[in-house]
Parts: sequence; structure tokens; C-alpha cells
Amino acid sequence: MTDATSTGQEPVAIMESPIHVDYRFTAGLAQSRFLKGLSQGRFLGQRCPRCHKVYVPPRGSCPTDGVPTTDEVELSNQGTVTTYCVVNVPFQGQSIEIPYICAQILLDGANLAFMGLIQEIAADQVRMGMRVEAVWVPPEELGPTMASVRHFRPTGEPDADYESFKEYL
Amino acid sequence: MSAAPTGRPVAVVSFAQSPQVRREDHRNEVEMLMPVVEEVFSRIGVTKADMGFVCSGSSDYLVGAPFSFVSALDAVGVWPPMRESHVEMDGAWALYEAWTMLRAGDVDTALVYSFGRSSPGQLAKILALQLDPYYLAPLWPPPTALAALQARAVIDAGRATEEDFAEVAARSRRQALANPHAQLSGDRAPGELMKDDYVVSPLRRHALPPITDGAAAVVLAAGERATELCDRPAWITGIDHRIETHALGARDLTSSPSTTLAARGAGLGERAAVDVAELHAPYAHQELILRDALGLGAEVSVNPSGGALAANALMVAGLIRIGEAAQRIMDGSAARALAHATSGPCLQQNLVCALAAETPSGGR
Repeated sequence: MTDATSTGQEPVAIMESPIHVDYRFTAGLAQSRFLKGLSQGRFLGQRCPRCHKVYVPPRGSCPTDGVPTTDEVELSNQGTVTTYCVVNVPFQGQSIEIPYICAQILLDGANLAFMGLIQEIAADQVRMGMRVEAVWVPPEELGPTMASVRHFRPTGEPDADYESFKEYL
Repeated sequence: MSAAPTGRPVAVVSFAQSPQVRREDHRNEVEMLMPVVEEVFSRIGVTKADMGFVCSGSSDYLVGAPFSFVSALDAVGVWPPMRESHVEMDGAWALYEAWTMLRAGDVDTALVYSFGRSSPGQLAKILALQLDPYYLAPLWPPPTALAALQARAVIDAGRATEEDFAEVAARSRRQALANPHAQLSGDRAPGELMKDDYVVSPLRRHALPPITDGAAAVVLAAGERATELCDRPAWITGIDHRIETHALGARDLTSSPSTTLAARGAGLGERAAVDVAELHAPYAHQELILRDALGLGAEVSVNPSGGALAANALMVAGLIRIGEAAQRIMDGSAARALAHATSGPCLQQNLVCALAAETPSGGR
């Protein structure tokens, strides 16, 4: 093999090796129930038979007890903002006008908060403990995806007491 | 590193596995694992609270999910917090880590589990990503093509024939008939298998492993705790693993010196004196290479489970070899056994685990 420098050529310092791999995702039994619920405009969670916590979205097991969560629970359309952030930074592919609010939402009766978009309120008016409800897309647009929930909006109820959600920040 | 000369004896005291299937279409990894963990515990009447350590083996590349091993812990429920670790390798190497932990003496029990779903991704491409990134990976060689180069080298060296490969495949799948977890079993004579088409010459369809989704779990226990939990523990008398260069062109593919070294490290002699050997040989010709490397005589029962030709869930099949070999000791049908696990292309990395019904003397 000839040394690159002795031939007057630059040594290879960088090579490109593009990689692309496709996957087929398996949501799992519990998450499939949740996703099918979304296509009916419902939030479906599961309860741990041991610690009685309700997980939504459910993953099929209680991460604390390691047992199957077999009892299905339908949750309320309403919940509480436990914490949130204001998105001010534009990025490629952004579909929502900034500033907007990305919040952790604890549905009533659930023991796990999930991320949701808050709309129909000025960003600087959002607060921890604010009561919100899901706004679903029209029935003909519902599908097995979180996009079935267009966003959450304030219900106008008094804010929830901090003690009631401090475990879910 | 070979087996430490001192330290408490450690044994396999329980083993469980999921059905090994072509495709887990409905359950996610956690849902696959939960019943297996439940079974490995209930066989010996313990719970996660009895475990001093948890170690798992899996690869995020298979399902394309970063940190999938973290969410898989939901199958155990590590609360209150437990000592826990993970290897991005077959569960056999997770078992090795747990074994060192138990030998060190501050915990008495360990849960080892692994899960592998080979079906969700483009397996041939994913396996190409384990190759050297400059010269080999950009060519995207499928694993079967690399295995075929090895098989061709074996034939060219006069070590075996295509008929020998068919014999291995016929025997493995016939033995798998007695294994309720096997994915692929059947009673077809070698002569009939020789009518199969080539997938990549000289490998015909029967010489290839199936694509498998599955999970498995083992409980290890040290010293007296092992005899409390199991009437007839499968004592690990030695365990070692060795690796060869990633440069395929620099290896003699017809032999497996790393397997031979690992067997020495595990305390096995030139001719492994065992009743049963569970060999992780995904391709039929690789069993022949491993038999030579381990010096297995005709009297040794090789792969009574059907081996990797009957089910080859990546990241799981090696741990299953240890579990199957240990099961033969625990059920009294063998006194001494060896298990082998492999990783990488063409038997690049190999682990050998020696097991016995008798408590190892001198702490080995």
C-alpha cells in the first residue's frame, strides 16, 4: 500500500457512510388499547392491581410493582397542568405559532402525567394547577394517534391545590 | 479473564423462556418479559425482593428504540431501587456480569434476563452495522453471506461437506420436536434437506437459523442460598469469554480459537468431558467448528433443545443455551454440561460456561 502523502495526495480524514434502517413498531397490547381509545375520543388507562395507580398511557405493566396492569380504566376528559414550558424557539417543521405551551397534564383519576399542548389562552396566562380539558378533532378525523387530541384548553374552574398534583411534576 | 481461583460457588437455580416465535406482533418488550420473569421467580418461590442484583442483555438496534433496556425494567418493577446493570450483548454476557458480582460476595442472588426481537427491523442491515465501519459495514454484507464464506472455507479445507451441514440441521430440528418453546422443528431426513435451494451457496435453507422474537430469564444464587432455592442447582464450575479480531480477512474462519481459549478459561480440558453441550451455532456448519474447538466426543449430547437452528432470538439465544444446559442438570438428566454463546459475525466472540451437579471444590 502506498502512503497517501508520499504520492502527493491528501490523506483521507473523513468518509461518509450513510445509514438508513426501517423498523416496524409494535405498540404492545396496552398501548394499542390506548391508541384505539383515542380513535373513539376516549382516554383509556390501566390500573395496577397491587398499588392501584392508574397509568395513562398504559404500558401493560406497573413500573413500581412489575406486575401486569390488567384493569382498564376510562379517564376523564379533564385534568390539571402540573408543570409546563413556554416554547419560544422556532425550529424546522414547527406547525404551531410561537410562543406556545407544552404542559404536563394529569388527567383526573390518573397517576401519570403526559405531555400536551395548551391553546386558547395567552402563553403568559398559563400556570401550574390550571384546570384544562381536551379538545378533540372532529369525529371523522379521529384516529389511533395523539393527534386526535387537537390541544387542551382552560376549563375556567378554580386552579387545583398544589398538594393535589405535587407528586406529578 | 478466566474464572477467579477464589470466591463462592455460584449456580443457576431457575430458568424460564417465552415461546420463541417468528414475530411478536402484539406484545411489546415489557409484555413479553413479564410472564418470563414471573415464571423464573415462581419456579423457586421467590420475588424481586429476594434479588440482590438485576442484569439484562439486549440491543436497541433490533427494535430501533433508544434505551429500550430502561423501559424493559418495568417488567421487573425496580422500586424500591435495586442494583441493576445492562449489557448491549446477549444475555449470556449479562449472566457473566452477574456471576462476577455474586463471586465478589456482597449479594447472594441475581436475576438475569434478556429480550430480543429480530423481526421489527431490517435484520440483515442491522447486523451489518456491527462490522468494521470503514471497510465492511459500507458494503452491507448480509450475515448469511458472511456465514456462507465461512461454510465455503470449511468445505475447501476438507473439514466437512454440505451433507454434514444437512445432518446437523436434521438432527437439530428433530431434537427440537421435544422442545415446546422451539420455533422450528420437524423430522426431515438429511437427504431430503439436500433438495432445499441455496440461500447463499453453499448454505441451503435448512442450514440457516430462523428469525426469532423471544425472551429468557435465569436466577443465579451463591453458596448456601443456591441449595436453599433449588434441590439440584447447576453449579457454574467455570465461565470465560474471548474475542477474535473484527477483521474477517485476518481470521481462519474454519476454526474457533476464541472458543477453545474460553473453554480452557472455564476449566474444561482439551476434550470437554460433559454429558450435554448446548452450542450457540446459528448456522449449521458452525456447530461442526465448535465441536472441534471444544473437543466434543460422539458421546456428548449436543443441543438437545434444538439449538439456534430451532430458535435464534438475537441477544437471547446465548442465555437460553446456558438455561437449557442448566435445566438438564437441575432435572437430573445430566451431571456435567457446557453452554456456549456467540456474538458477532462468523463466531467472532465466544463465551463458554461449564456447569455441574456437584458443588465445585476449592471455590471453583
